[in-house]
Amino acid sequence: MPVTTIADKQVHVDEEGFLTEFDEWDKDLAQALATNIGIDDLTDEHWKVIEFLRSDYQEQGETATLRRVSTVGGIPTKTLFQLFPKKPARKMSYISGLQKPAGCI
Amino acid sequence: MTTEETAAPIVPDMGADYSDRKIAFVCSKGSLDMAYPALVMASGALEQGIETHIFFTFWGMDMINKKTMGNLHFSPVGNPATHMPAALAPLPGMQAIATKQMKAKLEELKIPDVPSFLEHLSDMGCHLWACKMSVDMFDLEEDDMTDLLDGVLNVSDFMDLIDGAQTMLI
Repeated sequence: MPVTTIADKQVHVDEEGFLTEFDEWDKDLAQALATNIGIDDLTDEHWKVIEFLRSDYQEQGETATLRRVSTVGGIPTKTLFQLFPKKPARKMSYISGLQKPAGCI
Repeated sequence: MTTEETAAPIVPDMGADYSDRKIAFVCSKGSLDMAYPALVMASGALEQGIETHIFFTFWGMDMINKKTMGNLHFSPVGNPATHMPAALAPLPGMQAIATKQMKAKLEELKIPDVPSFLEHLSDMGCHLWACKMSVDMFDLEEDDMTDLLDGVLNVSDFMDLIDGAQTMLI
């Protein structure tokens, strides 16, 4: 796995750049990751999604899909598209330091 | 003075803010197993920021007809992919069993039923269109069809709409 430097921190990523080590992520890194993909300011609403994704990953062992974030996490799909425009599933996973969702829906 | 070279961070490609990629599905079948392929693919397309349209026509109207959309069936008749002996497939009750099994499997995988799936797609920005000729053919009124529809289109308007789109007939 490649190692890359983000916000002066060395992290393990896959070939696309998604973090592969759950514990290498922290809140400061999240903001740097967000900036990397054009989200300059993480709001409380963004954090709600990130916190759900991180805790759901710990329980389930895989990244929640958009539908799971809406049905289980209680954050409407429309909101996810506003917070993480165009490619919400990939963007929210990246910022949360997780792999992109494996599920189709 | 020495310069230290640092490699640029590896960042996933999230695509451009604007893309003119467009995809359209024509749903012409009303059985459970023919409804899901378009729904799942549309969901994937929307998740990737692609403008997505679904045009319902002929038996595909069952997917948006309030009376039938929550109750589509799967029939093993004439479907060799079920690996069921051909003589057994048409037996009474076989369609109900096959439908029940497929629905149970979908539920186990947390895949929503057709009405909830359409709502999910609509929330993601999917455009849903009913075919004018089919609306006339099946004597449907606006109230008979899901409220999620963007409208009823004749085929020439649909052709205009999908200019430049990748289009799939299902």
